[in-house]
Amino acid sequence: MLEFILRRVAQAVLVLFVMTLLVFFGVHVIGNPVYIFASSECTRECLNDIIANLGLDRPIWEQYWLFLGNLLQGDLGRSFTHGVPAMSLIWQRFPATLELATAALVLALAAGLPLGLYAGLRPDSPVSKAIMGFSMLGFSVPIFWIGLILILTFSVRLGWLPAIGRGQLVEVLGVRVSFLTLDGLRHLAMPSFTLSLIMMSMVIRLTRAGMREVLHTDYIRFARANGIRESRVIGVHAMKNILIPVVTVLGMEFASVIAFAVVTESIFSWPGVGKMLIDAIAVLDRPLIVAYLIFVVVMFVTLNLLVDILYSVLDPRVRVGGRTR
Amino acid sequence: MSLAPLPHAPAARAGFVRGFLSVPSAAIALAVFVAMSAAAFLAPWIAPQDPYDLMQVDIMDNLLRPGERAWSGMTHWLGTDGQGRDMLSAMLYGLRISLIVGILSGLIALAIGTLVGLVAAFRGGWVDAVLMRIVDLQLSFPTILVALILLVILGRGVDKIIIALVVVQWAYFARTVRGVALVESARDYVEAARGLRLGSLRILFLHVLPNCLPTMLVVATIQMAQAISLEATLSFLGVGLPPTRPSLGLLIANGFNYLQSGRWWISVLPGVVLLVLIVSVNVLGDRMRDVLNPHLGR
Repeated sequence: MLEFILRRVAQAVLVLFVMTLLVFFGVHVIGNPVYIFASSECTRECLNDIIANLGLDRPIWEQYWLFLGNLLQGDLGRSFTHGVPAMSLIWQRFPATLELATAALVLALAAGLPLGLYAGLRPDSPVSKAIMGFSMLGFSVPIFWIGLILILTFSVRLGWLPAIGRGQLVEVLGVRVSFLTLDGLRHLAMPSFTLSLIMMSMVIRLTRAGMREVLHTDYIRFARANGIRESRVIGVHAMKNILIPVVTVLGMEFASVIAFAVVTESIFSWPGVGKMLIDAIAVLDRPLIVAYLIFVVVMFVTLNLLVDILYSVLDPRVRVGGRTR
Repeated sequence: MSLAPLPHAPAARAGFVRGFLSVPSAAIALAVFVAMSAAAFLAPWIAPQDPYDLMQVDIMDNLLRPGERAWSGMTHWLGTDGQGRDMLSAMLYGLRISLIVGILSGLIALAIGTLVGLVAAFRGGWVDAVLMRIVDLQLSFPTILVALILLVILGRGVDKIIIALVVVQWAYFARTVRGVALVESARDYVEAARGLRLGSLRILFLHVLPNCLPTMLVVATIQMAQAISLEATLSFLGVGLPPTRPSLGLLIANGFNYLQSGRWWISVLPGVVLLVLIVSVNVLGDRMRDVLNPHLGR
């Protein structure tokens, strides 16, 4: 067990190292940040000053070592455009993204579970067919397009919901959130629904498949034979087994929801890290792009590592390396 | 030894086509897809205007509503955009680019992924382990993020977005092909071919590969829908295609700025075309999976 965990941690560290190489040298190829700072009457001398200031005159390997050393201390450099540490910008913006992603997760479960249950219990009814059609749409339609239609319908035509921003914020434990005010909720409604669609479709499909499988098992038959109420058989006995794959998949998907928030945030001008990334790309703010990417990579690798370790605790077969078989 | 494995005999193929079209939604999806591909292919000949030719586009004609007449007397049935381009023409050309990008990237990724998958399945051992670790690693990151990073580094362009889409897609093909090839390699006909002392490359490409084709076809179709959708998303975010060659996604992005002022047609119309395209390809893929491989569930 300990050996497995150590091996996985070593792998994760290796992946992180490779990713820092890729991100650093990859981003290094793009654009020349010097011109962002140089005014039009900037002479050769003042250009050199800017280059020295940004540390761009040193050999690229030295720049990488500096970057790696600073990274280990949690310092990812200063944003070119904002002039403050990139990491502080990310921490400042991340709560908004986290709130959006969490709202999407809650929405996906709240709507997806009942719909999936219904489709699993009555697979041939027209309503179930409609639900499955909806879930196919959720998988295949680009989410920016759904966001667009929502804005057109609810903001432009009906004027019910605001199209941009977070609305009124309330501070809870030092974090500003919007879901506790009515205005904030109205701002949250469309972005979170847009972001939740993929997860919702996934929950519907998993719940339906799980339901259809579980209904034919012996323990459900025995439960029914025992005269337990149908609502309890479905809601408690069947549900327990259906929820396992649903929770697993959602846990693994959560990180990619945060990645997909890039799209949702730019449509609805939600001030999270995704919007920040797109803005940073537009002005080629290298440190900010690098910081975001490192942040997301660390998040992904850590989540994957945790899921793997959790799995090996729950299912000993994984430990002997049968995972890819 | 004949090359054609049993399920591909002519009778079975006729049965496949009939079985495929027996579901109305699949027949409709196929008709829609063929019609759209034809319209995209013929765009230079059937479009009322060449939207890239600045001589034909008049800025005075911008933001016309669908059905309004321009100064030149030409009727713009689907309106014009902010630069005075005829929307119908822009959409036909946009559809062309979206399809080209989707199909090309899908085919290249299919070729690379198939090769990797076959090699991994056939060589086994450390080759397999290393290749599959790379696939695992790649698949653990969301496609949109990988593509976004690549395009930030590569810049804009049709070739660049194809490269980015190939990079995010090959791993799916590699994993699927490896799985199928492993199953096929354990079959009796492979054993028989080995007994005949056929070369392993010959067995791999002429015997195992044809039997992987049905599954590959299903994955390729679904991946194509994904690629079109991803390209549209990236172009919408402004990192995909250059503004001079607008795909559907870029057309939608251009129209997005006019949405708030009630000029819906500039973004909604290309959006509808994109939606119909993606849904029809997905329906085709779903149907193909049902017909070709009933066991391959989602």
